[in-house]
Amino acid sequence: MYKIKKAEKLTGPNYLMVVEAPRIAKHCLPGQFIIAKEDEKGERIPLTICDYDREEGTITIVFQPIGASTEKFTRLKAGDSFRDFVGPLGKPSELCTDDLEEVKKKKILFVAGGVGAAPVYPQVKWLHEHGIEADVIIGGRTKELILLEDEMKAVAGNVYITTDDGSYGRTGVVTKVIEDLVQNEGKSYDLCVAIGPMIMMKFTCMTTKKLNIPTVVSMNPIMVDGTGMCGACRLTVGDEVKFACVDGPEFDGHLIDFDAAMKRQMMYKTEEGRALLKVREGDTHHGGCGNCGGDE
Amino acid sequence: MADVLKKVPVREQAPKVRAANFEEVCLGYNKEEAMEEAARCINCKNAKCVGGCPVSINIPAFIHEVKEGNIEEAYKIISESSALPAICGRVCPQESQCEGKCIRGIKGEPVSIGKLERFVADWARENGIKPPAPAAANGRKVAVIGSGPAGLTCAGDLAKLGYDVTIFEALHEPGGVLVYGIPEFRLPKNKVVAAEVENVKSLGVKIETNVIIGKSTTIDELLNDEGFEAVFIGSGAGLPMFMGIPGENANGVFSANEYLTRNNLMKAFLDDYDTPIARGKKVAVVGGGNVAMDAARTALRLGAEVHIVYRRSEAELPARVEEVHHAKEEGVIMDLLTNPVEILVDENDAVKGMKCVRMELGEPDASGRRRPVEIPGSEFEMELDTVIMSLGTSPNPLISSTTIGLDINKRKCIIADEETGKTSKEGVYAGGDAVTGAATVILAMGAGKAAAKGIHEFLSDKK
Ligand SMILES: Cc1cc2nc3c(=O)[nH]c(=O)nc-3n(C[C@H](O)[C@H](O)[C@H](O)COP(=O)(O)OP(=O)(O)OC[C@H]3O[C@@H](n4cnc5c(N)ncnc54)[C@H](O)[C@@H]3O)c2cc1C
Ligand SMILES: Cc1cc2nc3c(=O)[nH]c(=O)nc-3n(C[C@H](O)[C@H](O)[C@H](O)COP(=O)(O)OP(=O)(O)OC[C@H]3O[C@@H](n4cnc5c(N)ncnc54)[C@H](O)[C@@H]3O)c2cc1C
Ligand code: SF4
Ligand code: FES
Repeated sequence: MYKIKKAEKLTGPNYLMVVEAPRIAKHCLPGQFIIAKEDEKGERIPLTICDYDREEGTITIVFQPIGASTEKFTRLKAGDSFRDFVGPLGKPSELCTDDLEEVKKKKILFVAGGVGAAPVYPQVKWLHEHGIEADVIIGGRTKELILLEDEMKAVAGNVYITTDDGSYGRTGVVTKVIEDLVQNEGKSYDLCVAIGPMIMMKFTCMTTKKLNIPTVVSMNPIMVDGTGMCGACRLTVGDEVKFACVDGPEFDGHLIDFDAAMKRQMMYKTEEGRALLKVREGDTHHGGCGNCGGDE
Repeated sequence: MADVLKKVPVREQAPKVRAANFEEVCLGYNKEEAMEEAARCINCKNAKCVGGCPVSINIPAFIHEVKEGNIEEAYKIISESSALPAICGRVCPQESQCEGKCIRGIKGEPVSIGKLERFVADWARENGIKPPAPAAANGRKVAVIGSGPAGLTCAGDLAKLGYDVTIFEALHEPGGVLVYGIPEFRLPKNKVVAAEVENVKSLGVKIETNVIIGKSTTIDELLNDEGFEAVFIGSGAGLPMFMGIPGENANGVFSANEYLTRNNLMKAFLDDYDTPIARGKKVAVVGGGNVAMDAARTALRLGAEVHIVYRRSEAELPARVEEVHHAKEEGVIMDLLTNPVEILVDENDAVKGMKCVRMELGEPDASGRRRPVEIPGSEFEMELDTVIMSLGTSPNPLISSTTIGLDINKRKCIIADEETGKTSKEGVYAGGDAVTGAATVILAMGAGKAAAKGIHEFLSDKK
């Protein structure tokens, strides 16, 4: 059993939990994820590691309820436990494993869409701890969907907030901000890391391709085991079939077939999940970042 | 009186009934039937059957006890050699092992050794008989990676010798293929697998689930920081292969591992479990091994019309004869000498069919089996909504790639000595599918046993 030390509702539909998992906390690096299973009958749900405390032996996760299982998670309180909590899974972000001197030479832009701010945060924090200040764009459809603003500001270089409806920060979708920064505000970047709903990552990649900025994305296909034994998470990257849980979840965004990946992700959407998505339209599968592409 | 040349028949659920449920197909012998079957054994002096058993169970001796009605005695004899008899009695390919060697089989049917072993183990469980208590603890720690048959056997044997053993398992339930692969209708999970795992635990073995060696911690850390003096790797061969044909990433194409894991480990077939499974209407399973039969019979039970698509003929099917027979009885359709060339998809990237080509058998290949060759111009399309790829598996490179000094061969299998399980790294032993590639339960158990002995010798010398 893995005890929940803190359970908190964030703004918008999002939740944060701090979970006791010493083995994971000791070994994880930014970019990796865990799989949580609530009880005996629950399913295995992948969630990115948003923060970790090696001394306390804890992992922080941030999630957005979009279907039956994540909805069930929202009812858990501090003191309750996950029956199963396994990780760290996937490869760490290359920024944390590549030669530090090389990474230091790069100007890096992070793009966080909606709940994607959670997986972006540990990478920016890690860079900050190693003397690198990266820029971050945080996008949301509306003000209450902007996550981790203060935390991000404490560790990033420049933080640009944008909302579709202009209720906070700049107005417009994240891709517009990228274009503004590069084309109108004299910024240049050697690398972009985009994390959020697939549709937002797709449009970000289209923009960065035009601007000639290499781009890394964190893919979130359906997973079962998360250890490479089933292939549920397979994706086409370039000409190759890759398993996101072991070969990723981060990949070269300019090589991903997003349309195919999005269709695969929809395979098991429950009726409830779909209904919920519809009600919250934009917050999840095509939003968070802003309506950067609308319904496909 | 029954015909002494024939096995005492075993009771089974009727095909029509069982094709719609996940209850065990084979109901096993009762005591009278078992004693009657045991009486067919002529108690050979130089018993050939023992030589056919990879863990050398004293078969005539245990059968003799069954014949006399001393089931507890029979259980003790089996337990000397085998840690998981209720499992082996159910899933071993006896026709090519012990029963394949049985003298009775020369003129008539061999003694039903597997069904007798199963009866003895089931009887022991139902009557609360436990395996013998372990030796006094010696306080020395050994780590076992993976809780499949190889790991469970190695751990059990080491515990009996007094070692402090911890099994580390990546999934949330112990058992390996026994829980995620082989379905409930062949191997009941709670009744049989969980009970055998409990027996291993009752020897003092600790099991830590949700620990992935290579991610949650490493072998080097277990040896250097956590006080383990030796490690056994029984991590299996769980990495699925795909064909590489167009359309394979479409919705509705699964690896057999995914399909079986959803159904068996996550219990997707039960309504009160949360994990979903695609209940296809028309399913093709590509492949001809045990795994393909299991996937096909699972899909059938979930309500589909099911085809096995296999490129050779029936004689070459690698699955157990009993499983093929059961699958056919239940209504699985065999499309033999047929090979898929493309998965056909609709506008939503969902499977709508499969393009196949007919094959004929040509010259024998290196393995001695006649090689299938395409018949030109024989392409045809099958209409389908689900395709399950069951083309075999290979070992996961996670452990080998994170352990310094552990050698693997070009098939990614860990290189280990057959007699002792010793690998290229001192103190690290390996066995089962991780070493051989996908094989059988009993061979994995045999390897676990050999490695336990190897580890004991290593640690006794080291002292
Ligand atoms: C590597 C990885 C990291 C992730 N990190 C986060 C995170 O930090 N925060 C967060 O809120 N979400 C994250 N997700 C997405 C999260 O796993 C899904 O939201 C969740 O699985 C939905 O389950 P559900 O039962 O509530 O929804 P339902 O819609 O009822 O899901 C039904 C099925 O589809 C699968 N599924 C549905 N949507 C997704 C999706 N978007 N991604 C993957 N599987 C899906 C589920 O596992 C389940 O099997 C991550 C996904 C992956 C693969
Ligand atoms: C569907 C199916 C049907 C089969 N039917 C039969 C049959 O009828 N008869 C028969 O004899 N054989 C059958 N087999 C084959 C048989 O099950 C295997 O040969 C046997 O289970 C191998 O045992 P093992 O202990 O080596 O590995 P496994 O049973 O594969 O167990 C390995 C365990 O290690 C764990 N693991 C892997 N990597 C790590 C890691 N890094 N850290 C921690 N844990 C890890 C895995 O999660 C798993 O639990 C079948 C196999 C399948 C898939
Ligand atoms: S070979 Fe057959 S008859 Fe002889 S001892 Fe073994 S089981 Fe009995
Ligand atoms: S989730 Fe099963 S292989 Fe990636």
